[in-house]
Amino acid sequence: MEVKNILIVGVGGQGTLLASKLMGKCFLQQGYDVKVSEVHGMSQRGGSVVTYVRYGEKVYSPVIEKGEADIIISFEQLESARWLPWLKKDGVLISSTQKIDPMPVIMGKSEYPESILSKISDKEVKLVCVDALEKALEAGTAKCANIVLLGAAARFLGTDKEMWLDIIKTTVPPKTVETNLKAFELGFNA
Amino acid sequence: MNKVLMLGNEAVARGLWEAGVNVISSYPGTPSTEITEFASKYEDMYSEWAPNEKVAFEVAFGASMGGARAFCAMKHVGLNVAADPLYTASYIGATGGMVCAVADDPGMHSSQNEQDSRHHAIASKTPMLEPSDSAECRDFAVMAYELSERFGTPFLLRLSTRVSHARSVVELGDRKDVPLKEYKKDVMSRVMMPAMARPAHERVEKRLNEMTEFANTESVEMGINTVEMNSTELGIICSGASYTYAHEAMGEKASYLKLGMVNPLPTTLITDFASKVDRVIVIEELDPIIETQCIRLGVSVTGKDKFSVLGEFSHKTVEAALTDTKKDFIALEDEIPARPPVLCAGCPHRGLYYALKGMGLYVSGDIGCYTLGAQAPLSMMDSCVCMGASVSGLHGYNLARGEKAAEKSVAVIGDSTFIHSGITGIIDIAYNKGFSTVIVLDNSITGMTGHQNNPANGLTIKGDPTVSVNLEALAKAVGIENVRVVDPFDIETTKAVVKEELAKKAPSLIISRRPCALLKTVKHSAPVKINSDKCIGCKACLNVGCPALSFVKRENGKALSLIDNTQCVGCGVCAAACKFGAIEKGE
Repeated sequence: MEVKNILIVGVGGQGTLLASKLMGKCFLQQGYDVKVSEVHGMSQRGGSVVTYVRYGEKVYSPVIEKGEADIIISFEQLESARWLPWLKKDGVLISSTQKIDPMPVIMGKSEYPESILSKISDKEVKLVCVDALEKALEAGTAKCANIVLLGAAARFLGTDKEMWLDIIKTTVPPKTVETNLKAFELGFNA
Repeated sequence: MNKVLMLGNEAVARGLWEAGVNVISSYPGTPSTEITEFASKYEDMYSEWAPNEKVAFEVAFGASMGGARAFCAMKHVGLNVAADPLYTASYIGATGGMVCAVADDPGMHSSQNEQDSRHHAIASKTPMLEPSDSAECRDFAVMAYELSERFGTPFLLRLSTRVSHARSVVELGDRKDVPLKEYKKDVMSRVMMPAMARPAHERVEKRLNEMTEFANTESVEMGINTVEMNSTELGIICSGASYTYAHEAMGEKASYLKLGMVNPLPTTLITDFASKVDRVIVIEELDPIIETQCIRLGVSVTGKDKFSVLGEFSHKTVEAALTDTKKDFIALEDEIPARPPVLCAGCPHRGLYYALKGMGLYVSGDIGCYTLGAQAPLSMMDSCVCMGASVSGLHGYNLARGEKAAEKSVAVIGDSTFIHSGITGIIDIAYNKGFSTVIVLDNSITGMTGHQNNPANGLTIKGDPTVSVNLEALAKAVGIENVRVVDPFDIETTKAVVKEELAKKAPSLIISRRPCALLKTVKHSAPVKINSDKCIGCKACLNVGCPALSFVKRENGKALSLIDNTQCVGCGVCAAACKFGAIEKGE
């Protein structure tokens, strides 16, 4: 099997690392070789962050380059636009509808582009928009928007839903299991 | 199932545990930090955070002389701090196995330079292993201890961001119990005075030759240096992350000499490999270290003519240099605004910087989260060199520019950085009758590296209570009489205190004290609210550079500031910036 490439992008502090950790566990359980490359340190302080998830028979490079991602899971609209070039033609982009202004926009030095998602939908990609923040709040806390998005992505990953639920149960802190399972369901059915 | 997905750093920690390591001492530094964090979770290994890398190395080396297997970890620039003990530890050699992990940061994801730590291995004549994935992180850590004891030398374990911070599959083993070695006094080997150091240097040179022989032969059987023969049209010599990029890009179109041991290099293995292929290319990030040594061996290789000494590589770097592969991609026509990292909402550093803003100060900066204050809109830093340089650098600046400059200049340094190497700087200022004003940004944690306890916050690596450095008493003890403590969220008092201390013809230490907003123990207030009747849309509040504040236009044309309730923790620094009282406390 050819190596599959998944990009998880967002803003530092949004919980992209937990999503990639769950995903890595899931593919390992299915017997694949897996590499998940993360960025820690400075960019975690509200910067643009990216995690690369790759799985297949044998994975060498831990990173994904432009035009190589099968799926992008984006936690924020501007980040969807920024990382769109990493998607393969006809690839799947799962984007949260959430918008977070970066500092240059806050300071009025640049403009947050208008209608990002509708512009992306005009391109040769499959776009899935998820109101992840609202759904996360519905599940109990804004913090589980990452699991809502993982739920939405699960439909495109060809993995048994029960397997995801099991991995969430055994990975997240015990107190948050119920909220996270609810968040996953809300994303999965979005 | 014994196979798990592990971060490279986690796998190093696992290797330490399996190798029977007993003593671990490190200073945090991206991308090396998690090794020691994970190691501290094993009950049967002692681990600690040291005040700096030099101390960490010396603790580990002392434990090695004491007969235990010992370890320390640091980032590339940390090895500069620990270079002093490293170079002489190499002369003395290891008794209990001694490994120092050093993590480079090509591309500078979170560093102030991209130096290549292999230079230190060569210069200190210390053998260095370099894994390329998590499985090798575990394997090489275990093997490094066997080799360290067999050859009687400390080992360096070189990592890089893409190895340290990538998860891949690791097969787990069991812990080996390694008995403490018997202590034997050996002045000739361990007391490095000239008469003892001269024969020690001879031993080091002899050992290097033995290690080269090992690299040529046994290292191959052990899977450290490996040869993979495919097409003989092209031979690639590489190591670490570069190997994964090369193999991804070239597959079986090339043969590979993968160096798991990057110092000393396997001379005959290289010449033998080169003789079997039509041409040889060295693919290595940062400096041309393997390439230069190949040329010295008389092997015809290329490398840096196509591969930069700058930045991080990927498989695309290799594809672009050696193939004509081109991948199409889709993009929007819009310009995408950058999203640089920023101080978090509720960060105490923001209050301090906002208080300093407008005072026309020269700000001598340092390494930590607070370095982010250099960026607009706060723009509150004039320099940032290395750990501790804010303090000593300010003293130098004031010596150059005189008393008037001292009235208009401060150093800013975090609590952990101050303990690391700011203390010697204030001693210099006090001892030499300087006038400088130093501000310690005490947020009770080592922040940027992801919340490690430190000697100033009263907690050990495991979170157990311990003594804490009393910064006020410390400053007095070294001869600084003017010591003040301020709350950085109290902007007006902070401003007044800074002005008073700057005016004094004596050195001052101001402690700006408030814990990091991300600490779980910190209780937050409700998000602040914009009173739309009072807000005139002047955007003054945006000058505090808070990510929870933005600016929107209302339907009727009147523009207003907007608070993001998911981020705001009600610190109120923005309220201090509003002249119209339009930012109110939330409920």
